[in-house]
Amino acid sequence: MVANKNIFEIKDFSIFYSDFMAVKNVMLNIESNKISAIIGPSGCGKSTLLRSLNRMNDLIVSSRVAGEVLFHGVDIYHKDTDVIELRRRVGMVFQKPNPFPNSVYENVAYGPKIRGIKKKNQLDQIIENALVKADLWKEVKDKLNESGLSLSGGQMQRLCIARSLAQEPEVILFDEPTSALDPISTAHIENLLQELQKTVTIVIVTHNMQQAARISNYTAFMYLGEMVEFGDTNSIFVNPQNKLTEEYITGRFG
Amino acid sequence: MAIFDEELKDLRERVLKLGCMVENAIRDSVNALVERDSDLAKEVIKRDHLINALDVGIDEECVRLIALRQPLARDLRLITTAMKITTDLERMGDMAVNIAERALELNEEPQLKPFVNIPKMAVLAQSMVRDALDAFVTGCSRLPYEVIKRDDEVDDLTVKNFEELLSFMIQDPKRIPLAIKRTYIAKYLERIADHATNIAEMIIYMCRGKMIRHTEISDAP
Repeated sequence: MVANKNIFEIKDFSIFYSDFMAVKNVMLNIESNKISAIIGPSGCGKSTLLRSLNRMNDLIVSSRVAGEVLFHGVDIYHKDTDVIELRRRVGMVFQKPNPFPNSVYENVAYGPKIRGIKKKNQLDQIIENALVKADLWKEVKDKLNESGLSLSGGQMQRLCIARSLAQEPEVILFDEPTSALDPISTAHIENLLQELQKTVTIVIVTHNMQQAARISNYTAFMYLGEMVEFGDTNSIFVNPQNKLTEEYITGRFG
Repeated sequence: MAIFDEELKDLRERVLKLGCMVENAIRDSVNALVERDSDLAKEVIKRDHLINALDVGIDEECVRLIALRQPLARDLRLITTAMKITTDLERMGDMAVNIAERALELNEEPQLKPFVNIPKMAVLAQSMVRDALDAFVTGCSRLPYEVIKRDDEVDDLTVKNFEELLSFMIQDPKRIPLAIKRTYIAKYLERIADHATNIAEMIIYMCRGKMIRHTEISDAP
């Protein structure tokens, strides 16, 4: 059997907040080891869709879903799903850097410790690897015991990425990861994402269209909860097929 | 975004203006030849710097728009098309200058024979430029495809013109210098038509987002 190149297959998937249908019958495949970007105006359902990929929406009491989200061919909304394990395999990084109020070391060690890794040398190795992969090691190797909150915004965001990487995830979901950062830190994170893509599948929600254009392989455009257009990024930005997509990306929306 | 739309409108108008100037240069250079009007030929040569200046101005404006407006989708295709076709238009202007230069030389000599093929080629080449630029403004239609087809007619006339002049040269080798200059002029017009074809191909790209250069046009709408 040919290995499925789609790590996620989203099938006829809808998300409701009480009676409000935030995501409407979305069909979307997420390819392994690629960067897929989701763009669209505020309130279009893109963050809601992103958060559904590791069931973060479960935390919102009134939310419910219909349809399927297959991860490696298995529906993550099945009642037998181990949600903790799902979130280990599908990590998340948020808009605002949110390190734990703890040392740099403990921030990254948190996940592995919960998983039961206790040996100091093994933890040290995991933490160094994660910080190297997040391109933060050189900057923090001499201050691993300092507070994660003492770092700059861009460093904190990379710490959050390292924290996620320490869990050896297959996918990382990024929800506007650079909107609180300056252009230099943003470029740093963008380069990092393209490096990480070799080993991790990335799905990113961004308001910054140029960012989607710069780093993603595929781009999805959502509007009013619907998936309007999905395609390779070059096609979407050079020659979109849908009039709504064209109007949105050329700034002539509404 | 209204400002950007005005900038794009202005860009289109400048490309059109350049197109008009080039069309006039082609017409006047051939008229200077056919009507043996050397003053008109000099006029064409003198006016070429205006074409060059407008070409440079359009290129600079395109770079500015790319840098400052970061255009995408149809805006991006419009601006890249404008940049490319102005190069073709400027080259056509140079060809018109070449025709004018040959006209000045030929006007000093007795006429070999009345001009038949060259005026026909000039009319065709001008219509190709005009229609390609109409398509640039009006957008997607059959027009650019028709321009591309018309290039074959110009090519056929180039061959026909050469064969006729060849028989003149064979009959009397003293006619060779004049006949060769006439073949040059036909060649210039043939090149103008090629540049018009390039423009039409870019217009199709602008409309459809698909490069058709160096391919057979099999899927014309």
